[in-house]
Amino acid sequence: MSDVILQIDGREVAAKEGMTVLEAAQSVGITIPTLCHHEKLEPFGGCRLCTVEVDDRGWTSYVASCVYPVKKNISVKTRSEKVDRIRKTILELLLAHAPDAFDLQDLAKEYGANKDRFEKHASFCIHCGLCVRYCAEVKKAYAVGFVDRGIRKEISFIPEISARECWNCKECFPLCPTEALQAAYVLTNALHPPKTKGDGKTLEK
Amino acid sequence: MPLINSPAELEEFRQGVLAKRDPNAPCVSVCAGAGCVASGANEVIAAFKAEIEKQGLQASVETKGTGCPGFCERGPVVVIYPEEICYLQVTAEDVPEIVAQTLKEKKVVERLLYVDSATDEKATLESDIPFYKHQERLLLGSNIKIDPKNIDDYLALGGYSALAKALSEMTADQVLEEVKKSNLRGRGGGGFPAGRKWEGSRDAPDDPKYVIVNADEGDPGAFMDRALLEGNPHSILEGLIIGGYTIGAHEGYIYVRQEYPLAVENITLAIKQAEEYGFLGENILGSGFDFVVKVHKGAGAFVCGESTALMTALEGRVGEPRPKYIRSNIKGLWEKPSVLNNVETWANVPLIVNHGADWFTKYGTETSKGTKIFSLVGKIKNTGLVEVPMGMTLHDIIYKIGGGVPDGKKFKAVQTGGPSGGCIPESMLDLPVGFDELSKVGSMMGSGGMIVMDEDTCMVDVARYFIDFLTDESCGKCVPCREGLRQMLKILTNITKGKGKEGDIETLEDLSFTAKAAALCALGKSAPNPFLSTLNYFREEYEAHIKDKRCPARSCKALIDFHIDPAKCQACMICAKKCPVGAIDGGKNKIHVIDQEKCTKCGTCFEVCPSRFAAVQKTSAEPVPPPIPEEERTIVRKSKKK
Repeated sequence: MSDVILQIDGREVAAKEGMTVLEAAQSVGITIPTLCHHEKLEPFGGCRLCTVEVDDRGWTSYVASCVYPVKKNISVKTRSEKVDRIRKTILELLLAHAPDAFDLQDLAKEYGANKDRFEKHASFCIHCGLCVRYCAEVKKAYAVGFVDRGIRKEISFIPEISARECWNCKECFPLCPTEALQAAYVLTNALHPPKTKGDGKTLEK
Repeated sequence: MPLINSPAELEEFRQGVLAKRDPNAPCVSVCAGAGCVASGANEVIAAFKAEIEKQGLQASVETKGTGCPGFCERGPVVVIYPEEICYLQVTAEDVPEIVAQTLKEKKVVERLLYVDSATDEKATLESDIPFYKHQERLLLGSNIKIDPKNIDDYLALGGYSALAKALSEMTADQVLEEVKKSNLRGRGGGGFPAGRKWEGSRDAPDDPKYVIVNADEGDPGAFMDRALLEGNPHSILEGLIIGGYTIGAHEGYIYVRQEYPLAVENITLAIKQAEEYGFLGENILGSGFDFVVKVHKGAGAFVCGESTALMTALEGRVGEPRPKYIRSNIKGLWEKPSVLNNVETWANVPLIVNHGADWFTKYGTETSKGTKIFSLVGKIKNTGLVEVPMGMTLHDIIYKIGGGVPDGKKFKAVQTGGPSGGCIPESMLDLPVGFDELSKVGSMMGSGGMIVMDEDTCMVDVARYFIDFLTDESCGKCVPCREGLRQMLKILTNITKGKGKEGDIETLEDLSFTAKAAALCALGKSAPNPFLSTLNYFREEYEAHIKDKRCPARSCKALIDFHIDPAKCQACMICAKKCPVGAIDGGKNKIHVIDQEKCTKCGTCFEVCPSRFAAVQKTSAEPVPPPIPEEERTIVRKSKKK
């Protein structure tokens, strides 16, 4: 396959056709922050933290580098005032869910994100989908999935499958960028549903 | 069942249909679109059938339920042919009179005619009604003449002749050239030139190719596509088959939302009939071209109107947009070249093929050709579907066709383009409607929703409403949309509740910037528009809410108060009786007082207080006057003094 020549942060980079901008950058040691990306998994394009500025024949746009394919003669900026502003806001939105997550704290420092900018939410999950996709794509187990949509979307273990598959695997736990225990918590809940009284009301959780 | 094998046989069959129909024979057309059915159209149709039979006229008078002609405000709509007398708001009780007077005696039932509220003049014919007179109904015009469940009705009007022409007289390239020349742009919202989209797919090396109808109409208040699918399904089918022929596709899909049961029913039946007649299947009209169509029912997600989400859903997976930077006309459904166009776009195709691009481009502006159907709703006298040539001004649509704002209220803004569109203020009403014109002012064409708002509408609350809708409909995959909308909704809700604070506007702008630049799909990228356009044109309303805790439209409940002006109250007791929480104290000859503690600000008292008294006052950010002292509450009426 022929090489595609593009500019990343002023450097000329030769990439293979079909590569993403993220891969091209990584191939020459340029770091672009990611949360939902995993090299073993299909690109997801969910967290948008890897957003970069692309100049294509005079047109500037902001694209997710983990899914944007390299193109001849484009010029990529992995940092710019606007890129940093986007990343800062994304981090602040996620810190409302997981203010104490180490990965997020490190990034927050880099981009000056304020973890208290937005009102906190009880869920740690930032919907990166790593657990869901790893379980499906690598393990082919489909024990955990997304349910519902939008702001009600959450991850959920399917009891019938997870009872069989999860105890000996748990490979999704360390993938979780916010709190490995989150996955464990949801799993435990799925496998051991909270005891209920006769009237269906929760007794303990 | 006729299997039509050639254009000549089609023409012969059409002549046969026409020969069986006497153009001068009376025919009763009743709109059987969803709006009229909701107001009793089915009962009206049944009543006509029964009454006509009772009068022994069944052999000479045909009764049919037709597609929606658009005047939903005055439904059920009945048109009596051949005179084309139009009766509005017809009930089953009116039917015997119509049959006796109009069908038997050829007299007009005056009381059921349209009356112009400005001039008091009556309009007998459909074409005389101002609502219709200023329209250009290239697409909707046939609806009232067609029983959508009867393919012969469509054929009688020249249906499938464009398909015959394309297959027998034109090469695929010629059809493509014609569509390109017509500059038909996508009616679903994007306004992308259909011809260029088609060309991309035709030239793509992969096979098979697909053509798809996007009938996942989900904008609040929009029902253009619904009316076409329900009322004239064959016109969409014909366009789709021509599209398939043009790009070399042999399979088509119709992605229709399941919330449109009548549309699903009618398009499914239309496909079956088209198969039986030989417009679908193998060797269509003897041309050697094969084409099949399948209906796919959506599961109720607004985001599936987005092209990549729609295609993902068609593939049987969760309808979420996918991160694709390659156009779907190159890699779409199952990674194959796929042309996705909206219902209205497809319905325009037979017209272009039949009449030519030169005819089509006579309508419209420099960059937007043809007509556009809008659903005109909100604070407007004539609610309904209107089809106008591109380039008509918003003012003409709202006033000449829509009849203006009812109840003597003042116009404030018109929201176009659905949830991702924007609000356009009164100062811009001279704007001609077109894709680029609307985008330029921060709104968009969208699929054609047009919501008129009057002085009582709070623009902050409008933004909050649309952001709420989008928050609910976001798929939740990407952060700028899911989390950004969540926070925007919170801030906007707080502002409408009087809890807005300094800096809120800037935070909203920042979240808008992030969503516009970094969201995954078109839904997320355009989601901030309701906020941005209202901020742009009505910034002072945001500031009044935040700084003065005042709602200038006196609409946000948390920021308004009601009290009764003792000088005006006539102690009629109407408000006291109607108040749902018993917050009004008063009696005969005793000036009424609202208990502010109990009041839920529902506004009932304000609405029911007779306008000649106008005693109930609605205020925002003004201190409520203390209740009138008990001893001064008795009204002494002069007339009763002796």
